[in-house]
Amino acid sequence: MIKLTVNGSKKSFKGAPFKRLIDALREDFGLTGVKEGCGEGECGACTVLLDGAPVNSCLVPLCQAEGRKVETVESLGSPEKLSKLQAGFLACGGAQCGICTPGMLMTAHAHVRSKAKCDDKSVRAALSGNLCRCTGYQDIVKSVIKAAKGGKR
Amino acid sequence: MSVGKNEPRRDGPAKLTGRALYLDDVNIPGCWHGVTVRSAVPHGRIKSIAYDPAFPWDECVVVTAKDIPGKNLVTLIEADQPLLADGLVRHREEAIVLIAHADRATAYEAAKRVKIEYEPLPPVLDMEKSEKVFKSYLIERGDLAAGFAAADVVVEGEYRTPSQEQAYIENNAIAAYEEDGVLIVTGSLQCPYYVLKAMKAIFNRGEDKIRVIQTVTGGGFGGKEEYPSMLAGHAALLALKAGRPVKIVYDRHEDMAATTKRHPAVVRHRTGLSKDGRLLAQDIEVLMDGGAYATLSAVVLSRGTLHAAGAYECPNVRVRSKVVMTHTPPNGAFRGFGAPQTLFAAELHWEKIADVLQIDSLTLRRRNIFKIGSTTSTGQNLMESVGAQECLEKTVTASKYVAKRKEYDRWNKNPKNRTWKGIGLSVCHHGAGFTGSGEVYLASRAGVALTKEGELIVLAASTEIGQGTNTMFAQVAADALGAPASWFSVETPDTHKVPDSGPTVASRTCMVVGGLVGRATHELKRAFEQEHGRVPRTRDELRKAAAVLCQGAPARRFEVQYEKPPEVTWDDATYRGDAYGVYSYAAIAVDLEIDKLTFEVRLVKVTTAQDIGKAINPVLAEGQIIGGSTQGLGWALLEEPVFKDGVMINNQLTNYVIPTSLDAPPFEVMLVEKPYSRGPFGAKGLGELPMDIPGPAVAAAVKHATGRLIPTLPQTPERISQALQ
Amino acid sequence: MRGDAGSMTVLSPRTAAEAVKAYAKAPSALPLAGGTDLMVGWNLGLMNGRSVLDLSRVAEWKKINVVSDGVDLGSLVTHAQIQAHPVLRKRFPLLVAACATVGAAQIQNRGTLGGNIANASPAGDTFPALMVYEATARVVGPHGRRAIPIGDIFAGVKKTTLKPGELIEAVFLPFPDEAPTRGAFRKVGTRAAQAISKTVFAGLIWNGKGGVLGQVRLSFGSMAPTVRRLHAVEEFLRGRRLDEISISAAAELLTNDVSPIDDIRSTREYRLRVSRNILTAFLKGELK
Repeated sequence: MIKLTVNGSKKSFKGAPFKRLIDALREDFGLTGVKEGCGEGECGACTVLLDGAPVNSCLVPLCQAEGRKVETVESLGSPEKLSKLQAGFLACGGAQCGICTPGMLMTAHAHVRSKAKCDDKSVRAALSGNLCRCTGYQDIVKSVIKAAKGGKR
Repeated sequence: MSVGKNEPRRDGPAKLTGRALYLDDVNIPGCWHGVTVRSAVPHGRIKSIAYDPAFPWDECVVVTAKDIPGKNLVTLIEADQPLLADGLVRHREEAIVLIAHADRATAYEAAKRVKIEYEPLPPVLDMEKSEKVFKSYLIERGDLAAGFAAADVVVEGEYRTPSQEQAYIENNAIAAYEEDGVLIVTGSLQCPYYVLKAMKAIFNRGEDKIRVIQTVTGGGFGGKEEYPSMLAGHAALLALKAGRPVKIVYDRHEDMAATTKRHPAVVRHRTGLSKDGRLLAQDIEVLMDGGAYATLSAVVLSRGTLHAAGAYECPNVRVRSKVVMTHTPPNGAFRGFGAPQTLFAAELHWEKIADVLQIDSLTLRRRNIFKIGSTTSTGQNLMESVGAQECLEKTVTASKYVAKRKEYDRWNKNPKNRTWKGIGLSVCHHGAGFTGSGEVYLASRAGVALTKEGELIVLAASTEIGQGTNTMFAQVAADALGAPASWFSVETPDTHKVPDSGPTVASRTCMVVGGLVGRATHELKRAFEQEHGRVPRTRDELRKAAAVLCQGAPARRFEVQYEKPPEVTWDDATYRGDAYGVYSYAAIAVDLEIDKLTFEVRLVKVTTAQDIGKAINPVLAEGQIIGGSTQGLGWALLEEPVFKDGVMINNQLTNYVIPTSLDAPPFEVMLVEKPYSRGPFGAKGLGELPMDIPGPAVAAAVKHATGRLIPTLPQTPERISQALQ
Repeated sequence: MRGDAGSMTVLSPRTAAEAVKAYAKAPSALPLAGGTDLMVGWNLGLMNGRSVLDLSRVAEWKKINVVSDGVDLGSLVTHAQIQAHPVLRKRFPLLVAACATVGAAQIQNRGTLGGNIANASPAGDTFPALMVYEATARVVGPHGRRAIPIGDIFAGVKKTTLKPGELIEAVFLPFPDEAPTRGAFRKVGTRAAQAISKTVFAGLIWNGKGGVLGQVRLSFGSMAPTVRRLHAVEEFLRGRRLDEISISAAAELLTNDVSPIDDIRSTREYRLRVSRNILTAFLKGELK
């Protein structure tokens, strides 16, 4: 049995230990906000935070998540009460088709939370492992900077 | 007023919180996983299909062409593409056998246990060697020979563009199941009624026995225009045979190798001009690679042909175009739909002409660009909403194009500098809506429903695929009624709930279908005025008025059908007339630098002005422009599917590289609003326009930086290095 | 995703000793570190039915130890850990720079130095830096420990000289006797970020007395089946003055030690030309 913490609550998993983290989150824990875009660690759509750091959950077998803390997009705000970052995305056009958005948000969330610099250059560097085919990134970068600046919800 | 305001995206909160359900997120109880066994040869006869006796086949459902109850056909334009190859295969990765199993991994294992033997036949893999023409067009205007005779110079050029993968981040995914005798097909798709039409033929069923429902769709860009019709057929065959739901979710390498892409093209220009740079004759030849089946090639070529002469007035024009068959996976719809290929040639050709005439390409463009009253290659008079010049001038000013040309010329002369710098320009028109008489044939319908409880629901088959359809529809309806946008919801595209508004393609959703939604809402408004006395001003009043208008029925629908504007005339036989009701226009300046050591290109800034008639929602409109331009920049600099023996071999996102946040440049976007009298609140098409011109602007900037005109995309460091050898 | 989790056997040693023992018992098991390479193949369904030796619990291999004569990097140290380490940032900046170009944050947070070495991709971004720092891989196996100079651990594309049962436990980076006069790292990838190298370079130079070159160490990746030190160039340059003539002669000698190919990411011609340009710029002191 593998024990881990997902979005603050303790979970145990009894299935195959080599099941990927993405599959366990989606199929066993009902967190379908985690998306699979490529299965090769390239697109970042499956990004979740593992002990606070962004990782591609399609490349993590569950046996390597034992005892660790996982955060997914579901840990941010709700549709009724978006987090500051999510609200920034809504206001600035940071999401279009939305499939890259959960992963993008988690990478951005880790970046903003780390109190790292949040200017155009550093945000672009931080997000460079999350591919978006819709937006051309500018509005995503704007969204993150707006949220980091503490713009009102 | 809602139109012109940045109403927050309707689908935003669900997408931003992970609540939005894409097909693979939907919990379909008892659903099995479908997989596809595909052709391993580009051309050949299937000799035998063998199933490994060691595998427990009784756990699976297996489908071949023999299981198709109706026609083995993916209905589109020509009846040539089978749903499953039967006897003959015409391209690599063509679907032959389908397998479903309760367990995804076991389904894939089963696929490995199918052995297909082929009698190989010689494939044609090079479009320039193909003799099979799917479709050809001829456009003629004026007297070409006289035009060339009068010309002071004649400039020739050949331009090549590669295929391009849509690279939506959600791969193709569709599920099917039967419920109360109705075959339900649901998934990631752009055109529910295309799927419906294909399913009717495959299953010999009427529309009442088939229901197509779109799920939240993670990007399309044309890649989910026609392919879902095939995938839906596959999923439904498995589901009906299994007697349970089946979903097929492609993984990335399968999606890239097997599904449609942009048509590769070769375009040749022969252009006659006066000494002072006036266009006198354009003779243009277009060749496109359709792949193994005709699919949408005829209409892709049509759009390419109609845009081939560029946004310039020329009295004598000939465009000859053809799309041919090769034994490669069929090419299909991709944002721009043939126009980016021909516009790359038309626009970059100005740089060649500029060298010959010793007149800069900006001056040449200014001399010839479309204005009110200009006539196109098909003889269309441009009578309104012509923003080409304004887009060009705004882009030139904001990008400091003229000053930068000079500044960079000086910079590039200094050998001590570590980079070469360049700025390149490009302009285009893009016809909105279906070509020629296409909108008449489509006869699209859309509407608005008022329920007796006072809900207002927009009814259209146009899909939200990220471009903001639902938000835009609500805004258009709101202003048509004179009520807040929050009063309107937008129905899920479901063929049992919404009328056929035509496909979500061709930059037509806002201009054409949005226009229908506006008209339908006007009818509702009239009904409110006549039957309730006025348009309700509060929600309470809306509920009361709804009870009056519905007269006891659960809801009342106000539906309208497309009506051709009387001034639009088009002749399919001669390809003369008004090819499109109206054109959108765009200009772009790409400012870049090239590392002298590595020939790597860094985009410094992109400035663009785009005339879209009216921005219903400026944030969403700018999002389309920046996103579409970035796809164009990817095609211009990075993206190139590599084919070997008829199949894409870099079919992974690792090796087919699209721009990251560090590749994409900062953008300055200017919206130009030259209203179109037939568009909702003046709006024209927008979706494809931004894809058209980054390519030639990049190539022009590379030429400015290096002095070399590279007539091929992408402008990779390898090609730049080679050009500088 | 075509991997079958149920078909896999996971071995989960908790210590280095357990890991070696478990691997000796199951020599066909696939050692798993950060998973950034292995899982890609697994997702394609290429490893179904295999055993996996999950090393992630081996805590002693996750440490960075600064010792008197160098830094000992546990094989499971991630690219992100390396970038954050103050001593590595100061003393081994080319390695730190290289780690910052491996994939993007998601990969740097998971991918390990030892895993990358064992994977032996010709395009490994950190290898040229390890080569010029003359790192040593320490491997442990059923017959004990041995140290392998980094250049000797790569046998070919995706092949190492590790013997059956051997695992990389650490990479040792010796402090140079003298601080180099200058060094540079340069990766040319397929795009601006999250890219695979077309060519990747690291170089160190120590000026000698009297205006001639003392020591020089140069290395390229993606230019041969394995990462290469430019022995011929280095030998030629040692004791010479760096001027136009010697630099251009050095650049000509590049092909003595590399043999790039055409593949889906680039061409032989481009790789050679650009690598020559990079080498030349480095020797001229112009590589930023």
